[in-house]
Amino acid sequence: MNILEQAGEAAKGAAQGVLKKAIELAPDSWLPGGRPDPLIHHQHGHVGKPMSRIDGPLKVKGAARFSAEFPLVGMTYAAVAFSTIAKGRIATLDIKAAAEAPGVVLVMTHLNAPPMKPTPLFMTHSKAAGGDNLAVMQDDRIHWNGQPVAVVLAETQEQADHAKSLIRVEYEAEPATTSLAAAKAQGTGPGQFMGEPLKLEIGDAEARLVEAPHKISATYRTPRQNHNAIEPHAAMLVWNGEELRVHDSSQGVAHTAWSLAKIFDIDEKQVNVTSPYVGGGFGSKCLWQHQVLGAAAAKLAARPVRIALSREGVFRVVGGRSLTEQHVAIGAQPDGRFTSIIHTGVTVMTRHNAFPEPFIVATRSGYAADNFKLDVEVAYIDMVANTFMRAPGEAVGTFGLECAIDELAEELGMDPIELRIRNEPEKDPTEGTPFSSRHIVEAYRAGAERFGWSQRTAPGMRREGEWLVGMGCATGTYPYYRMPGGAARITLTRDGRATVAVAAHEMGMGTATVNMSIAAERLGLPLDHVSIEYGDSTLPGVILAGGSQQTASIGASVIAAQRVLVTELLKLAGNDSPLAGLGADQVGGYDAGLAKLDEPERHESYASILSRAGRDEVVAQASAPPPLELQHWSMHSYSAIFCEVRVNAVTGETRVSRVLGSFDCGRILNPKTAASQFRGGIIMGLGLALMEETEFDERNGRIMNASLADYHVPVHLDVPPIEVIWTDIPDPHTPMGAHGVGEIGITGTGAAVANAVYNATGKRIRDLPLTLDKLM
Amino acid sequence: MTPFQYSRATSAAEAVQSAGLEAAKYLGGGTNLVDLMRETIERPAVLVDVTGLSANIDEREGGLLIGAAVRNTALAEHRVVRERYPVLARAILAGASAQIRNMATVGGNILQRTRCAYFYDDEGSRCNKRTPGQGCDALDGFNRMHAILGTSPACVATHPSDMCVALAALDATVHLEGRQGRRTLALTDLHRLPGDHPEIETVLEPGELITAVELPPLTMASTYRKVRDRASYAFALVSVAAALRVEDGAVKAVRLALGGVAHKPWRAWKAEAALKDGPVTAEAFRAAAEAELADAAPLRDNAFKIELAKRTMVSVLGELAGEAA
Ligand SMILES: Cc1cc2nc3c(=O)[nH]c(=O)nc-3n(C[C@H](O)[C@H](O)[C@H](O)COP(=O)(O)OP(=O)(O)OC[C@H]3O[C@@H](n4cnc5c(N)ncnc54)[C@H](O)[C@@H]3O)c2cc1C
Ligand code: SF4
Repeated sequence: MNILEQAGEAAKGAAQGVLKKAIELAPDSWLPGGRPDPLIHHQHGHVGKPMSRIDGPLKVKGAARFSAEFPLVGMTYAAVAFSTIAKGRIATLDIKAAAEAPGVVLVMTHLNAPPMKPTPLFMTHSKAAGGDNLAVMQDDRIHWNGQPVAVVLAETQEQADHAKSLIRVEYEAEPATTSLAAAKAQGTGPGQFMGEPLKLEIGDAEARLVEAPHKISATYRTPRQNHNAIEPHAAMLVWNGEELRVHDSSQGVAHTAWSLAKIFDIDEKQVNVTSPYVGGGFGSKCLWQHQVLGAAAAKLAARPVRIALSREGVFRVVGGRSLTEQHVAIGAQPDGRFTSIIHTGVTVMTRHNAFPEPFIVATRSGYAADNFKLDVEVAYIDMVANTFMRAPGEAVGTFGLECAIDELAEELGMDPIELRIRNEPEKDPTEGTPFSSRHIVEAYRAGAERFGWSQRTAPGMRREGEWLVGMGCATGTYPYYRMPGGAARITLTRDGRATVAVAAHEMGMGTATVNMSIAAERLGLPLDHVSIEYGDSTLPGVILAGGSQQTASIGASVIAAQRVLVTELLKLAGNDSPLAGLGADQVGGYDAGLAKLDEPERHESYASILSRAGRDEVVAQASAPPPLELQHWSMHSYSAIFCEVRVNAVTGETRVSRVLGSFDCGRILNPKTAASQFRGGIIMGLGLALMEETEFDERNGRIMNASLADYHVPVHLDVPPIEVIWTDIPDPHTPMGAHGVGEIGITGTGAAVANAVYNATGKRIRDLPLTLDKLM
Repeated sequence: MTPFQYSRATSAAEAVQSAGLEAAKYLGGGTNLVDLMRETIERPAVLVDVTGLSANIDEREGGLLIGAAVRNTALAEHRVVRERYPVLARAILAGASAQIRNMATVGGNILQRTRCAYFYDDEGSRCNKRTPGQGCDALDGFNRMHAILGTSPACVATHPSDMCVALAALDATVHLEGRQGRRTLALTDLHRLPGDHPEIETVLEPGELITAVELPPLTMASTYRKVRDRASYAFALVSVAAALRVEDGAVKAVRLALGGVAHKPWRAWKAEAALKDGPVTAEAFRAAAEAELADAAPLRDNAFKIELAKRTMVSVLGELAGEAA
């Protein structure tokens, strides 16, 4: 029974929308030259309804099984020892006491690890999933402080942990680069992201800045941040002969399976990765060393392995968001129109990954100007490979850009919202492409009205007791993506039930719920007749739960599969059907069958078609078309974030008292799950603004706050009431008219808080997080 | 975690006897000790569970006698504590999380160890408190949370407890039982400054057990204020426990203690002396705070604490004076 069938109980209670109108088949028509997805105009079905998550009851009951919760026969538990130097080699390794400790099955080090190929680095191949490109435990080299140097397997976790503590390692350290200053002194290189240089010059931005009658030029800094999903990374792995079975917590099951196959030099089909539930990913649940070490140890010991990283382990093994030092300069005319936008600066990464935090991406399409200079330079540090973290680029890039606009508005004596609206571009200012759907001005107007923006005073003017009160706002933006590789399979059975299978992921954001409702509506089936299979690398498609693209990718894949299904059904229906003679474009899903679009009485149920054809089921599989829409339009989600803060005049403590997010993200498919995504993103943004910071000791490259007691994220008391509203204007050029909603919430939030703090105190802090010492 | 033996004591005498070994440790709620054992920073051979000992809160001579096994939550919620010692109730509730307070005991809270990150990083950092003579990586490292008063070149760590700051201000005494018998000690004399031996944190004899804490009566308005990096569930950057009685426009009685600034809960004797019998003005409060912090020495990241401590003292005294007026 798949997990969604288990969840079926929950879904049964959900309202069964009465489908009033046949739903047309969607041709690949949101693509250039075509018609919008017909689902956009269907306003009476499941889509757009605030449906509760079908996995909710299972999670509340503790019945949803996460990756470390699949007991395997003969299972062993793993503990990992980490290096304590940043660079050099292992001189001596004393594992004797560990090997002799009670319950120990295996101690694996570079001396006995099986041969493994280097990890395929993310984005070097469509299915590569690795955070770095190093070979795991193949030699005595140390590349970062915290790199795994030994794995202990034992009969219990406690025995493994104890034995691990008995391992003694001595190192021959080599000079490492662990400070930003040293890294910059060694010289920086140009940043590259998704195969393109992170550099863009249009006109002469520097010259226009010099001439500009009004300008701002400032440096903004954002610190390192670490991934802290509530579920620490964990995997359970077992070899059956040459076949590797992996229970993982993954945002890319197909990617992980392929990459593990490459590492162990076996066929992709010999690896099966499943991941029914993911306790938060945010970019971190890809392939890191722990899955590779678990597979290697399982092979060496010939026993199944459970490798669950401790919270400290996640800090040591899994990369986070890199630091940035951004220079933002904007030149403006007296009426506020921008003449020149400069956004340049430095970020750090490692020699073994390829991900420079792309903090300029939001600036590429944010505001109209004739002159641009955008540039990300990279300095290299010996550290765990940095990686994607919710809205990579935009989350921190909008901090620099949107604070600078606030500063410029002050200089111009203009309202910061009016300044933004005055610089609203008609087409993408750096690409020249039209926007597919951009209603940021509407979002601002609606948000300002609802938030009470007109109550905002001059800086430092509002005080309640010890508390200074201020308001700020900022624009958030995140691109619409649809990565190539999507595919889906629909299985329709004679009893009128459909199963949609797609190698997608449920990380708690509601993917399964939303896609069940979309599939039901497209097929004209009641909700409880549709189930979704996902989180399994053997299913069709290579779909990453990343870049807020998963729903678009699944949507496009299901549209393609449904077309194949309907074509097949019409063939099976034959001449004795009311549908006889009709083509795929003339029919649609309706009342558990197909009907002629303009003549819904010409209808035959799926059950009837299949039984007359003597078939138990029809299976249709297809791939999504290439994402041509991305080449024709500039496509983004947008937000206007408003926030009210209280800063204590005595202590400098900042408490956010109110947030409103006004979003423009195409059609909202499920208001309930979308609102949670928006709120969750905003809360993460409050952490980014006020407290998140990895303490990376620049003397030795060691992370010193590798625990949730020391690494601060917002607790309940830090989270004020957050209101979210949206335009709900469908984008005619995307499946379902939707845009991604997963990452947009965090973007703009950091700047909105900093701008509000300025409004409260008159103090401009350009250095995140906004801790009290900076405000005293 | 290193394997250990476990026993559960039913009386103080039995506990002291069971803990006869050097490598024995008393176990309260375990919220600190068990964490440190997981990190192999503490490796007791024997754990003597003392949560079965007295968990009573008794009124005694106008004050309170609090069993060492009383849970933090129970103490903060006790009617007499809330009514007569609000500084203590507020201090406890400002600490940790509800779940941790439900487990944590009075004895364990007093003897919890520092949160210095280098102390916790058993494998990767040097720490004189963990390994005497090794050096102190916090001196030139991340020390935003560290001490500004009473530090030594050997150690700049703070004592993390909120509850103890209130107890220090309340003139609490600690009841002890050891192989040499019973004794009592002022809480302010229990913890040591680091000096050359930061690994020795208290004046307790090996195996000495805390059996109770005694509070004398309090006839002043009192409160606790904690300044921290997020609204809850964070250790104090600076905290102030204060009690004040104003008569005829002058400070008749005052007690002040600071948290987050030193290796022990810091009783602000100098500030108290400066305030006693003086005027109830912001200027007088500020002068007293200046006097207390005169010897403060900043580290790389924590200079702000000096001004923060002063301002917080002034603000808290102002609040109490307003209440008293
Ligand atoms: C994430 C986190 C956040 C926290 N935040 C705060 C905070 O903000 N403010 C704060 O004040 N505290 C905070 N704490 C610390 C918490 O208050 C302590 O962990 C707790 O008070 C310890 O009590 P316990 O009974 O669990 O002690 P245990 O862990 O059982 O013991 C601690 C020490 O006391 C000894 N001991 C225990 N009982 C006795 C006794 N009767 N006689 C002699 N020795 C004894 C033990 O041997 C051990 O050395 C936090 C803790 C955590 C884990
Ligand atoms: S400050 Fe004290 S506890 Fe921290 S590393 Fe130095 S010696 Fe150890």
